[in-house]
Amino acid sequence: MYFPEQDTHLLNESEIDLLRIHSLETFGTHDGPGIRMVVFVQGCQFRCLYCQNPDSIDIHGGTLVTVDELVSKAVKQKAYFGKKGGVTVSGGEPLLQRAKLIHFFDRLHENGINTCLDSNGRVLDDHTKELLDRTDLLLLDVKHINPEWHKKLTSLNNATTLKIAEHRESTGKPMWLRYVFVPGWTDQEEYLHEWAKHFSGYKTIERVEIIPFHQLGKHKWELMNMQYALAETPSPTTEALENAKAIFSQYLDNVTIK
Amino acid sequence: MENLVKSLELKVGVWKDSINVHDFVLQNLKSYEGDASFLVGPSYKTTQLWNVCKESLLKERQNDGCLAIDTEVISNITSFGPGYIQKENETIVGLQTDELLKRAMKPFGGIKLVQSAVAEKGLKVSDRVVDIFNYAKNHNQAVFDAYDGEIKTFRSKHVLTGLPDNYARGRIIGDFRRVALYGIDRLIAEKKSDKGKVSGDMTDAKVRLREEIAEQINALQDMKKMALSYGIDISKPATNAQEAVQFTYLGYLSAVKEQDGAAMSLGNVSSFLDVYIQNDIEAGIIDEEQAQEYIDQFVMKLRLVRHLRPGAYDAIFGGDPTWVTEAIGGQFHDGRTKVTKTSFRFLQTLYNLGASPEPNLTVLWSENLPQGFKDFCAQVSIDTSSLQYENDDLMRDNRGSDDYGIACCVSYQEIGKSIQHFGARANLPKALLLSLNGGREESEGVQVVGGISEMDDEVLDYDTVMKSFKKTLAEVARVYAKSMYIIHYMHDKYYYERAQMSLIDSNPKIDIAYGAAGISIIADSLSAIKYAKVTPVRNEFGLTIDFNIEGDFPKFGNDDDRVDDIAKEVTKIFIDELRKHKTYKNSTPTLSLLTITSNVMYGSNTGATPDGRKAGEAFAPGANPMHGRDENGAIASLNSVSKLNYNDAQDGISYTFTMVPKSLGNNLEEQVGNLTTTLDAYFGRNAHHLNVNVLNKETLLDAYNHPENYPQLTIRVSGYAVNFVRLSKAHQLEVISRTFHSTM
Repeated sequence: MYFPEQDTHLLNESEIDLLRIHSLETFGTHDGPGIRMVVFVQGCQFRCLYCQNPDSIDIHGGTLVTVDELVSKAVKQKAYFGKKGGVTVSGGEPLLQRAKLIHFFDRLHENGINTCLDSNGRVLDDHTKELLDRTDLLLLDVKHINPEWHKKLTSLNNATTLKIAEHRESTGKPMWLRYVFVPGWTDQEEYLHEWAKHFSGYKTIERVEIIPFHQLGKHKWELMNMQYALAETPSPTTEALENAKAIFSQYLDNVTIK
Repeated sequence: MENLVKSLELKVGVWKDSINVHDFVLQNLKSYEGDASFLVGPSYKTTQLWNVCKESLLKERQNDGCLAIDTEVISNITSFGPGYIQKENETIVGLQTDELLKRAMKPFGGIKLVQSAVAEKGLKVSDRVVDIFNYAKNHNQAVFDAYDGEIKTFRSKHVLTGLPDNYARGRIIGDFRRVALYGIDRLIAEKKSDKGKVSGDMTDAKVRLREEIAEQINALQDMKKMALSYGIDISKPATNAQEAVQFTYLGYLSAVKEQDGAAMSLGNVSSFLDVYIQNDIEAGIIDEEQAQEYIDQFVMKLRLVRHLRPGAYDAIFGGDPTWVTEAIGGQFHDGRTKVTKTSFRFLQTLYNLGASPEPNLTVLWSENLPQGFKDFCAQVSIDTSSLQYENDDLMRDNRGSDDYGIACCVSYQEIGKSIQHFGARANLPKALLLSLNGGREESEGVQVVGGISEMDDEVLDYDTVMKSFKKTLAEVARVYAKSMYIIHYMHDKYYYERAQMSLIDSNPKIDIAYGAAGISIIADSLSAIKYAKVTPVRNEFGLTIDFNIEGDFPKFGNDDDRVDDIAKEVTKIFIDELRKHKTYKNSTPTLSLLTITSNVMYGSNTGATPDGRKAGEAFAPGANPMHGRDENGAIASLNSVSKLNYNDAQDGISYTFTMVPKSLGNNLEEQVGNLTTTLDAYFGRNAHHLNVNVLNKETLLDAYNHPENYPQLTIRVSGYAVNFVRLSKAHQLEVISRTFHSTM
């Protein structure tokens, strides 16, 4: 494991008004619909080999900002959100700060701002459920359908992630699924079929995004002096991506390649 | 011909009895609320013709940007015989000279400038023409006869720069639609009647006006002659679409044959022309391909407009621009949209003929524009980076008319009813340095402004600096106003725009368009003095040569009121000062925050500033935040600029915005949606202008190194667009160094 496990409870249970964040993006157009303010929170339990932001893993890293400050930033940008956009919380892993995010999303809704959560689905408890109730759109990253491969890829299993999908489906609220396509790791045809088949009966999935692996995060691994297992992994070919899209489309609607 | 005349069915209104194109458009325009799916590609003739042009354009570029010069003829409306590109394929005819891209001499702005422009190309102005100016006076000469020492010092020390005292002022937009709607004979009759009304005891103003109208009548007569040389009779109104386009163009052509004003806008002709086009289509006389052909060929002609410019001109107006600015879209006061199918057809030329800086297509953006038009504009921006946007809701409301064009880059001008006198701009950071140096210019110590106390403070104090700066601005405004009075007095006297003015009401309202450069440097400098610790480094003569800044300070472009309010305040101080002074012909002062490409030149002539900008470093263009200082993303940057108050800068607040395509969204559909949302939001906050570039830095770097591969690469700079490869290398690098908003 490239980064030690951490006890993440504190992150959720410390002061309710303070979020630990990695960074902010004010003109996000790739994490949910429309133009969005994207809050990348700090801290993650997954250890994905292809992580683009390894500097967002450490729960002690990043900076503390008040929910007030984030809300006022969002309000200043609200005109640009238009009819589709809003705020997305991504990470890191947002669910590690789920209790605080309940509060944050409530405040955004009070100001008429759409909320979106981009999560790997690591934690499912009452707080998670409450947060999902306040999440207008869930972007759920299901990184692999096979538990062993999932573990090899992320260091943890996918059981909770799949349960969250199930829970979301039961609430009838919309979600998008996201799948990072990594040559040699997530491109096995049998598992692509299995992945898509698993969700084929779902009614709440509005879109499926295939995200091609790229090497733009490489320099961060080097900066952090960590062994980067995918240093030699190429970006997927267009053919491979189209093939994955075709497989997914056998079971699911509205599959797109990012 | 008989049935064509019958086919033109027009609603009658007051436009019949008096010259009032606005009323005609109001009565007859058919709004189009649909999308772009009706558009067609170029016709065979258009393609043939454009291929010939492309060859000549390539030759022009290879020949150092100038294909040929006529050194014998002083250009006016009738001095050249007809010129063609390829007669059999031309649906719309008319060239400035008798040959494609051949440039002509218009020496009444300044014979010396013409001589140096011609000499730079290894040629010589004919003896006959040189000799004429041994007897005749020109604008440049006259202005310098009247200038005083103070103005000359402000000018030579780069406090006031780019003044139209050695080139033609431009910016006056003729209502070229009048030629098509009324025909020349009617226009002459109206002018004669106007002249008759200037009677009674004479005053300077009346004498001047009588002479001006007489000149206008001469110009109208010349237009008729020039048109006849092409076999076209424009004495009567146009009776069909082809004539409407052709007549309107001949009006514009007359202007650019005789004048070489820095910017000579076209106005807002597209929806006017649509009345005729729509009529002919409905009558079954023409089809969509024919309609598009008229517009493609008209626009092609506008792309070929050329003026003779000396090399030095490039520093202030880089890339050989002509500003054939056409305002497209917008709304009527009554809530109807002015968007027509011909609004779309104009934009379609950017596909049919490829991207291009000219004509300078400007979309008048309103929240209520039809969605189909908004989407098409966004798509065109994403594909070509050739459009700019201005806030129609703001201008209509603030300035009053719903029939206006854009003079030069960004300035509102009611068509046919008002004009503006161009005032170039004052260098605000230079003024700030004067106020820190006891009124002395920072590089050589020449005393420019009197009555400013020397400042020997270790650390700069905000209140002291502001007090001194205000005093300096008052002095700059005083001298600036004086210079403008002289310039426009002399321009009217020696280089009067009789062609444009003949198509404008005889006694129009006039704005005097002052300008200011470097507002973001001023805001950041004063913010640094207020919120950080700024210590000037002074040389042996006590002049500031650098500044040490300790601590951080808010910077313009980050949606931070602490600094954004300073930018607002200084703008207001300056325009309030300018408003105190007398103006030529009682014109109304306005102010622009705009630089054209002179931001590079301003930078090289300005010492280090208290915001940390080094001596010689380029200014940001227009009202842009300084490069790389807008660290909180695109929206914060847009928000800062949108706070600047249009009331204090009615000549325009220019913001050039560059986005990487991927950052706008994952695919074209998302990108279009996000760009239209951005424009709605930005203008919804009362912002005035936005240049939109959608391109990658890598593309520009590649074009910098391999210009031959990018003949039509177009980018928006400050209030206009240029062929990137026709910019100087210094300008190209400056553009590359700008902030690209990107999510990567």
